[in-house]
Amino acid sequence: MSSELSSKNIDPQAAIAVGEPTPGSDAEFGRAQSHLPDNPLIINRPEAESVLQTLHDFWQYRELLQFLTWRDIKIRYKQTVMGAAWAVLQPLLVVMVFAVFFGLFVGVPTDGLPYLVFYYSGILPWTFFANAVSLSSMSLIGNANLINKVYFPRVFIPTAVVTSGLVDLVIASLILLGFLIYFGFSPAWPMLMLPVYLLLDVLLALGLGIWIAALTVKYRDIRHALPFILQLWMFLTPIIYPLSVVPEKGRGLLFINPLTGIVEGMRLGLRGRLLSFTAMTLTVTTILCILGCGLYTFRRVERSMADVI
Amino acid sequence: MKPIVKVIDLGKCYRLGGLDAGYLTFREMFGSVLAAPIKRMRGKRRAPSEKLWALKHVEFDVLPGEVLGLIGHNGAGKSTLLKIMSRVTVPTMGRTEVYGRLGSLLEVGTGFHPDLTGRENIFLNGAFLNIKRAEILRRFDEIVGFSGLEKFIDTPVKWYSSGMYLRLAFSVAAHLDTEVLVMDEVLAVGDVGFQQKCLDKVHEIRNQGRTILFVSHNMAAVTRLCQRVILLDQGRITKAGPAHQVVNEYLGASLQVQSVCEWPDPLTAPGSAAARLRRVRVVNREKQTTGSVDIRHSVGIELTYEVLQPGLVLAPKIDLLNEDGTHLFATYDLAADWRYNARAMGWYESTVWLPGDFLSEGNLLVHASIVSHTPATATHAHAPNAVTFQVVDNQHKDSARGDAVGPLPGLLRPLLNWTTTRRGQEMSPSRVETSDSFDHSPINSAEMIDK
Repeated sequence: MSSELSSKNIDPQAAIAVGEPTPGSDAEFGRAQSHLPDNPLIINRPEAESVLQTLHDFWQYRELLQFLTWRDIKIRYKQTVMGAAWAVLQPLLVVMVFAVFFGLFVGVPTDGLPYLVFYYSGILPWTFFANAVSLSSMSLIGNANLINKVYFPRVFIPTAVVTSGLVDLVIASLILLGFLIYFGFSPAWPMLMLPVYLLLDVLLALGLGIWIAALTVKYRDIRHALPFILQLWMFLTPIIYPLSVVPEKGRGLLFINPLTGIVEGMRLGLRGRLLSFTAMTLTVTTILCILGCGLYTFRRVERSMADVI
Repeated sequence: MKPIVKVIDLGKCYRLGGLDAGYLTFREMFGSVLAAPIKRMRGKRRAPSEKLWALKHVEFDVLPGEVLGLIGHNGAGKSTLLKIMSRVTVPTMGRTEVYGRLGSLLEVGTGFHPDLTGRENIFLNGAFLNIKRAEILRRFDEIVGFSGLEKFIDTPVKWYSSGMYLRLAFSVAAHLDTEVLVMDEVLAVGDVGFQQKCLDKVHEIRNQGRTILFVSHNMAAVTRLCQRVILLDQGRITKAGPAHQVVNEYLGASLQVQSVCEWPDPLTAPGSAAARLRRVRVVNREKQTTGSVDIRHSVGIELTYEVLQPGLVLAPKIDLLNEDGTHLFATYDLAADWRYNARAMGWYESTVWLPGDFLSEGNLLVHASIVSHTPATATHAHAPNAVTFQVVDNQHKDSARGDAVGPLPGLLRPLLNWTTTRRGQEMSPSRVETSDSFDHSPINSAEMIDK
């Protein structure tokens, strides 16, 4: 019964063609005919594709994002002696230097936090952010040969830079946990917000990374300007100083920088307190705006990327 | 029949000159960085610069199971066309539609990361081509087996030779199950053995009923593989049709093949006081000038020359070289009328006929000269690289190629007789086996046995 049913479904022409290949003859053209879909699977035209189509593509290529992330992680510490220890060592050494110079010598106030914890809570989100953004900016140019040769959602390239940094972020976060245990912090529920701030940090790095990556394709100047901008940005973020040393009037202005909210949130959390609702809203809004602008710009640049890069 | 690929009024325009980014000052740059999204929304455009249409009004269909070749000079738009079809870049006008999945065979090592091993790169390469990990795992052994790189599969590919790179890349792409496969000049690298393997694989893919778009400068491969060929010139389709027709036209039009060489001015014509060459032609059996000849047909080299001095014994001569520069042979006129007799002054025309099923396929180069061997050897006129022509083997099955696909090595390709008999018993090692195997060979086998 079932075999009869299935044999009926086979296109007789297709069955003949498969059974008797006649290379060079016109008969073989017909073989794939019955499988052709009614609508084209791939359309390329000057008009931008729909957001739905883009999301569908992301889904189609989801394994590529995993592979790119995995590749970036693998490459990052290949042929290094210390390997992933660099993820810990880098922020840790910076924190030591800061603690000695700004803490012991200059005597910067720390709102009652131990020097190491105070600086580490600032350096942790900053290092991730700065690394992700500067690596993202060159990521598309570094993969120009691919972009020129094969189609895939280009946004995965800067995205993979950010996601591959997550491993470093997690390892570095465990060190913070170690500090907290060492310094005998008593658990308080606002500490549960720490991962949320780090998540915001990741989203910010992603948004800005995508934006900068898209712009660097066209404006190569950015790679020269970026280190300088990041340096300035660090001083505009309360990392080596507490927000409390900033005059009351200027603090609100500082919160336009979403990293202020992230770092300040981390430090408040460690002291068992929460970021004010206004500051939190401003930070989240800014980050979402940056992410939106980043994706928008990227989409605009993406289609002609292969011609420009 | 419903096409699997549709290209509709396709155009791609590039702006010439440096991209504007380099000319921006820092202030302008920051301004435009911030303003870029807004500016785009308002639809503002920069001043128009010089434009180049890499493709214009290109329109064709590809049927399922067809192998379509794209040929043309460098910059004709072949690669741009493939790039648009595979969505690497967007068209300026028109559209492409593909009714199936499309895989592209990447250039050597594209998508490979030098620090990753061959194994890791297979998966990464697969991910770029949107092949699922499970799919790669299922066919992993097959892919590695095809590449022949079993021993090196866990070595970082930066230690690979370029040939090994290509083998790995081809293996991954060839095992794709996409309905349409795009290949851009991929058979150019690799040794003969692997090229043969690739071509066999392409045939296999073709026989599976999959569609192939093939770009190559290797005209022999194009003629062999493709049923239909599209010739692009300056972004437009100038000819489309059966492979050999289009390829012949392309070769005829391209400068590389020069099937006539004429010296209208006697002063610049190669020659001496005794004789002057005035024209050299490649002709077909109908005595028409041709740049390309079917391997099965004979081809003539016609020399037109002037004899300026009476009383000399002259012989027109040609040297035939293949595209590698190998001297295949020299031949000169031995006809009794002219061999020992002095020529009168005047114009002569001599043609030498090269038989069909004799030369190998490819480009051939002719040196033409006028020589004397009696009383003493002398060269009176010599025109090096006078004419070139192409021998095309179109897989008609009745040439020496038979059913073979892929490159068939050898300087010549004669069609020879083979005889085979079925033996009733095993061969005994002491007997000399000549009578069976050499039956119809030019050497008289009976004589050999008599000895």
